[in-house]
Amino acid sequence: MKKIATGNKAVAEAVMQAAPTVVAAYPITPQTEIVEQIAEFVTSGRMPAKYIAVESEHSAMAACIGASITGVRTFTATSSHGLLYMHEMTNWAAGARLPIVMANVNRSLGPGWNIWAEHTDALQERDTGWLQVYVSTVQEAYDATLMAFRIAEHHDVLLPVMVNLDGFLLSHIMQPVDTVELGDFIPPIHLPYAIDPKHPAGYGTLTGPDQQFKFRWEIERSMRDSVKVIEETEKDFAKRFGRKYGFTEDYRCEDADVIVIAMGTLGKEAEVAVDLLRNEGIKAGSMRIRWLRPFPKLDLKGKEVVVIDRDYSFGFGGIVAGEIRSKTGISLYSVIAGIGGQEVTYDDIAGFVRTRRIGEEFWFGVNAHV
Amino acid sequence: MLKCTSACAGCSDSLALRYVLKAAGPDTVMVVPACCTSVIQGIYPNTAFNVPVYNIAFGAAAACASGMSNAFRAAGKKTNVIAYAGDGGTLDIGIQAMSGAFERGTDFLYICYDNEAYGNTGMQRSGGTPMGAKTTTTPTGKTDAKKDIDMIIAAHDPPYMATACAAYPQDIFKKVQKALTFRGPTFLHILAPCPPGWRYPTEKSVEMGKLAVKTGMWVLYEREYGKVTIGPQSKAAMKKSLPLEDYLSPQGRFKGIDPQVVEILKQRIAKNFKRLTAEEEASA
Repeated sequence: MKKIATGNKAVAEAVMQAAPTVVAAYPITPQTEIVEQIAEFVTSGRMPAKYIAVESEHSAMAACIGASITGVRTFTATSSHGLLYMHEMTNWAAGARLPIVMANVNRSLGPGWNIWAEHTDALQERDTGWLQVYVSTVQEAYDATLMAFRIAEHHDVLLPVMVNLDGFLLSHIMQPVDTVELGDFIPPIHLPYAIDPKHPAGYGTLTGPDQQFKFRWEIERSMRDSVKVIEETEKDFAKRFGRKYGFTEDYRCEDADVIVIAMGTLGKEAEVAVDLLRNEGIKAGSMRIRWLRPFPKLDLKGKEVVVIDRDYSFGFGGIVAGEIRSKTGISLYSVIAGIGGQEVTYDDIAGFVRTRRIGEEFWFGVNAHV
Repeated sequence: MLKCTSACAGCSDSLALRYVLKAAGPDTVMVVPACCTSVIQGIYPNTAFNVPVYNIAFGAAAACASGMSNAFRAAGKKTNVIAYAGDGGTLDIGIQAMSGAFERGTDFLYICYDNEAYGNTGMQRSGGTPMGAKTTTTPTGKTDAKKDIDMIIAAHDPPYMATACAAYPQDIFKKVQKALTFRGPTFLHILAPCPPGWRYPTEKSVEMGKLAVKTGMWVLYEREYGKVTIGPQSKAAMKKSLPLEDYLSPQGRFKGIDPQVVEILKQRIAKNFKRLTAEEEASA
């Protein structure tokens, strides 16, 4: 059914359809609309879930953990400081192999108080064992949230999934969204190690140096196995509902000499820049990274690459640029743009491509080449 | 609880646990944050508990139990959810999550076993450490008073809350059974004497717990829908208590305690007696 919705509302709609048993959440700008909408669904009886209005994000994730281990579907949503406040528990959720789904509305970190889009919040979670997908449209926010439940709960995965959408640029932007009749797309959840008083067991007991690495490796093995599950899920989604997704969204890349890589809404904006550059005779393409964990295989041979990071690792560089360098071994032009909601237009992106200096880093706005 | 735990010799928490689990029965899940009880369970793949135990991060017991309780109730299950945390995990790092879970009316029993310091990290001071007690972070004795967590919990007005002491295991048994008959959040605060932490011989845990009650350092009482009932052991202590020195002197942690601090502790005991007696009379 076609509707007009914000990114937040689209996420809430998908969550209602996925029908988790427990939602535990704490409000934070710009995520609030998601939890308000879910609270409304629960109160009005459209969603038969328990909504736990916890007193902090740390407790939100802890409550999701406690609920999830009983074998039920769980969801939470947060942003920025909220995500960082639950950091201890995000590690716990993945380590405990709980298929919790969370929407994170990407937002800058204080100080100063800045409520606008930035990816540094979610990127600080990239080593926790969560799968991470970054979306670029309201439709994709809806679709990715639905798929997140199926992927997380798949027995070859059983890891939590974080759906990332840009604060305001997507969370509060209204676009058309085509909702689906879900049918049996998401099978009923079955957690093989759900708590059962009839079969007492210790969960997360003291674990020695002779055991801990085995559990860590199990997380990595499932992370690797998740690649196939993501592919299957996206393929089935396309078959049922007609919309195709992949690890990356590639635009005019086949014959391109130079490729712009970005995540989230900037990755979509880059497509407009590509058209602009093509009109000028520059053979450009764009590649929007959707899945950051597991990290995609990127084929960038023979291409010049410009990476836009809406994030930063101080003393190191753009985080996505660093990941691409380490995984592909290529040299690239690293642009830091969009920090704290800084406006970046397709003209700006085209400009980054025109004036690219491979091997260097450029801070947009500061105009500093490093 | 099974035999062969990895508790210290003379651990009164093990004693309390045995009676808590007996009273709760098999349809029970324990949620345990970082504390001595995480150690007592033993090392993976073994466990000393005959009910499922979910271990969780230090400050998260009540929140985790809150999610678990909601999920069980949503599935129509009556399984008892017991958060079982130490004084550090309750009075200090876990107080926010606990306050939230009580305010939200979570259907669970929260038990704080109180050995008055961070025990499994080697006895650092906590909000539960009494004034004058030496710990590894208060080497000359704590200068601040013990936080009265029971008054904080009472402010949340749970249907049932009680104090207990590991030296009176049958009393623990009764109070756990009673707590689990209520819907909503209930609270049990168990004093758990700790031989290595309090520095007394391992065979004297029960004696130490009884001295705490008989000197008035620990008061046994229940609060049911606001109605306060002081336990007979504490009633007797209120009529005629043993000298506080009987409790302090056998414990290495109080060695060389400033007489002025002893005086403050005595005043606190008298104040507590007076307050609780007045509350009992007012709520009768």
